[in-house]
Formats: sequence, structure tokens, C-alpha cells
Amino acid sequence: MNPKMDGKAHVFGNNINTDYIISGKYKFKSTDMKDLSTHLMEDIRPNFYKEIEQGDFIVGGSNFGMGSSREQAPLVIQAAGISAVLASSFARIFFRNCINVGLPVIECDTSQISEGDELHVDLERGVVKNKTKGIEIKAVPLPPVMVKILNDGGLAEHFQKYGGFNL
Amino acid sequence: MGTIAEEILSNHAGKKVKAGEIVVAPVDYMMSQDGTTPLTIKAFQDMGGKKVLDPSKYAIVIDHNVPSPIEGVSNLHKGMRDFATAHGVKLYDIGEGVCHTLLPESGKVLPGMIVIGADSHTTTYGALNVFSSGVGSTDMAAALISGKMWFKVPQTIKLVYNGKLQKGVYAKDVALHMVGTLTANGATYKALELYGDVIDDMSVEGRMTISNLAVETGAKAGLMSCDERTKKYLADKTSAKFNPVYATMDAQYERVIVEDLSKMGPQIACPPDVDNVAPIEKVEGMQLDQVYIGTCTNGRYEDLEIAAKILDGKQVHKHTRLIVAPSSKMIYLKALESGIIAKMVKAGAAMLAPSCGPCVGTCNGVPSDGEKVLSTANRNFKGRMGNTKAEIYLSSPAVAAYSAIKGCIADPREVL
Repeated sequence: MNPKMDGKAHVFGNNINTDYIISGKYKFKSTDMKDLSTHLMEDIRPNFYKEIEQGDFIVGGSNFGMGSSREQAPLVIQAAGISAVLASSFARIFFRNCINVGLPVIECDTSQISEGDELHVDLERGVVKNKTKGIEIKAVPLPPVMVKILNDGGLAEHFQKYGGFNL
Repeated sequence: MGTIAEEILSNHAGKKVKAGEIVVAPVDYMMSQDGTTPLTIKAFQDMGGKKVLDPSKYAIVIDHNVPSPIEGVSNLHKGMRDFATAHGVKLYDIGEGVCHTLLPESGKVLPGMIVIGADSHTTTYGALNVFSSGVGSTDMAAALISGKMWFKVPQTIKLVYNGKLQKGVYAKDVALHMVGTLTANGATYKALELYGDVIDDMSVEGRMTISNLAVETGAKAGLMSCDERTKKYLADKTSAKFNPVYATMDAQYERVIVEDLSKMGPQIACPPDVDNVAPIEKVEGMQLDQVYIGTCTNGRYEDLEIAAKILDGKQVHKHTRLIVAPSSKMIYLKALESGIIAKMVKAGAAMLAPSCGPCVGTCNGVPSDGEKVLSTANRNFKGRMGNTKAEIYLSSPAVAAYSAIKGCIADPREVL
């Protein structure tokens, strides 16, 4: 994970659920995330995967990732080339799953980000720079436990490193 | 000195903890289903997992694709069976039932425990005074290896539902009302604690319907106290000793909401969100193409019983299809023996094996473009049942059964 990231914003609304991120009709059939990633957000934005350039951001409103516990949701987002998800708030299980698989999640005021805005994210300083609008948005700091897991690259890597929880 | 969540997490952490603190705590039981187990196995391997720390505390359930509709799923199911055999863990194979019905039936999830499930509706066991929550596959794999998980101790919202429910109004209506008033984001990161006459007078199965839908408010757990009904429910299932946990008198709540539900009628969640809840009068008469009774929310015996009572001697409307799936083999057998399955089949119901595929669009009962479905499940998101061009409404089994006969959303208070 790169602590400094640049990319374009793809903006979604409030209450984006994990069924929209990856539909149940696909996620049970394969564990090949690259393959599944072509269905990312398909039900609400068909062919979304074609709009993504490596390193781009998904930007949501409140309660991003609500619904099912499927870890395919953050994995598919990662596999599609998205470097981080920004939202004004996140649903609990999705938030944990992102950290566990090493996908950065940034809680911040996303009302100042529009579709296509060029963003620069600095995880260490906890700021999002909207280069298109020339403004800086402060992120809500992650709990130290999550920072540790994220810095290790995810929970699997954390376990490999320490042989168990070392939080 | 705390809420049920704080007390259970304190007991497990071996120290007094309050909301906001982070603890690493032992987990008493774990479960994953066929949508989440393949990734759990992968995470287990990626973490260097060699053995499941305590195989007696883990169950794998095949319930979302039953029986497997395609080879991709069949191969994933095989991987689950192989893992279960290799590690000596309990596997509930096709036809056994839906995870959130099976675990309470098994007597393995008991008051005062911490239980995690790789399925968001794991909140169901809160009705049995269990701190139970949904997790992803990596958290599950970490718990399989270490026997532990990290938790942020949640704040708690206390809900007190007083009064007496009208005839024709059930646990599902209370649950939908709860989601509608709290909203999909109202309890994110928090626990719910439920009390009041309505809960006290309700069967344990009904209480599980409410705890099941707690996650639709964003909640981490939907907790209830252990009372005589809980103890009686568990007495049939296990002789194991357990330690119920109660909130203390001085527990601190984020909010307390007290309501009288005596006047509430049947509730319907309208598409495309579970918190888009309306009284039945708002949508009464809306034509339906398909009705689905079942799932971890409403596929228990009492759900089938009320549906059969309404369907008995009647016929499902000629323009409407009715699909019924009992949520466990035990329930199916009991319903076969008591004759209520025959009543439903005679009325025109298509029975599925104990399973939950239609709820999540994996197999069976995918609606066609433009169709309207009334379901007793827990989610009505666009595309949830496998077709983005269909609309899903959610209701109690009584509303579902009566609506199947009428061919449109109909109020069962007319016949009960």
C-alpha cells in the first residue's frame, strides 16, 4: 500500500450496499476477483469497470458498504484497480473487511468531491486534496489497531508476521 | 456496570471494558456459509493456517446455493466439504437448513457467549442473549487459527417496545418498524438492546426475527435478556450450562427509545431499501407476481404455521406464484408431520429444500423483468433476488400468505 495516492474520483451516493458492489448472483460462483471485478457496481452503473484507471478512487456518501458481510466487496474493488474508498461514513463489516484485506478506507466529508475530480490522498497526514477544486479535506483518523493492520498490509500479512494478533 | 454488550465483552476480555475500548477476546462459536467459506479457506491458507484451533467451535453451512445450480458453485462446495473433512469441523450440507436457524437449533450458541459468523445476519442469536455479529472471511480465518477476534466495544441504543400487538401483527412487523424508525444507518457501529412487553410476550423464534433485522440498522448486535422463554427454548436443545448476562441498573445508553406498539398494523419495506418502511395501507392492492416465504428471517415453524393457516383450503391467485422454503430440516419434518406443508402445497405453493437462495438471487425463484415480489426475507435492494428490473417488498409471513391468495398486497387482519 502506497501512503500517497493520486487518481480520479468516481462518485456514488448514500447507502451503497455490498449487493451493488458485487451482486450475489456472481459472487458465489468464483473466487477469481479479477473475473468478478468486471461486475463491480453493475446493478447501479453497468460497465463501471471500464471507466476505472489504475489508482482511481471510489467516493461514497454515508453508510458506504452496508449489508452483507461478503469480503468479495473490498476484494473486487481492489481487483478493479481502485486504490482507496472515500466516504462520509462506512458500514461496520465492510469497513473492517477493507482494513483486513489492505484496502485503505478514508472517512471524510465527501460532499466537496464531484465525479471526475482529480484527488491526491495522503494517508499519513490524513488529508485528501481535491486538485480539481483546489481544496483540502481532513480525514477522520483510523483507530490505532486498524492503522497497524493496514500498515502490515492486511490481517493475513499481520498474522504471517506475528503468528497471531499483536495489536 | 454496563450494557449487555459491555458485560459480555468484559467477561471474555477478563477485565472491565466500556464502550469505545478495543479488546481482543476469545470467541465461543463460529460459522461461515457457502458465500463466505471459500474466501475463509483462502484467507486461512494465506495466513499460514495449519489447523483450526478448536474444530468443535466451528460449523460450515451450505445454504445459499441448494442444491448447486452450476459447476462453479459445485467446485466451491466441494472445497468446503474437503476442508471440513480435513479439519474435523461440522458441515451442514444441502438440505440441512439455513445457518441462522441451524445454530440456535443445535444448542451450540448460548446466553452470554460471543459468536461470530461470516454472514451479516449473525445478529440473529442476540435474541438468545448472545453477543453475535457478522464478520468477513479474513476475520473468520483469524478466529479459526487463533480462537480470538478484536472488537471495538460498542455503544448501545436501548429500545423498549411496550403494549400488546394487534392480531395479525407479528415480530416481522416490529422488526420492520425498528429498521424504518432507526434507518439503515441509525445504529452503525452500535449494539441494540431490546425490552418491553412486546418482546416479553413474543416467542423466541419471533425474537430471532427482530435480532436478525438488527443489522439492517447498521447494528453490530441486537441483544435481548435471557428469560424463562429463552431457558425453555434451550432446554429442548442442550443440557450444557450457560451464564446469561444482563445489563446492570446503571448501564449507560447512547439513547433510549420507548414506544407503545399497540396501535401498529402490518408493515411493509418498499424497494429499494429495508428502511423504506410503510404501513400496509400505503401499498395495499399492489399486484404481485411472486411471493416468497422463508429465509433466516422468517422460515421457522411458527412462520410456516401462520402461512398455512391462512392458505388452508384456499388457492394462490392465478397470476401469482408462491415459493416456500422451510429454514431447517427439523422444521420441514415437523411441518410435514403436522400437515401444514400439505395445506400449503394444496394451495399452490412450490416447496424448496431448506435453504435461502432466492433471497440473494443465487438460485431458484429469480423474478423476470418488471415483476413485483413480496418476500419474508431481509433485503429488498435493487437486484437482490437476481434481477435488477424486478421490485422487492418485504413483509411478515401472514401478509405474504394472504397476499399470495389475493394476488396483491393484502392485509391479513381481514381474515385472522
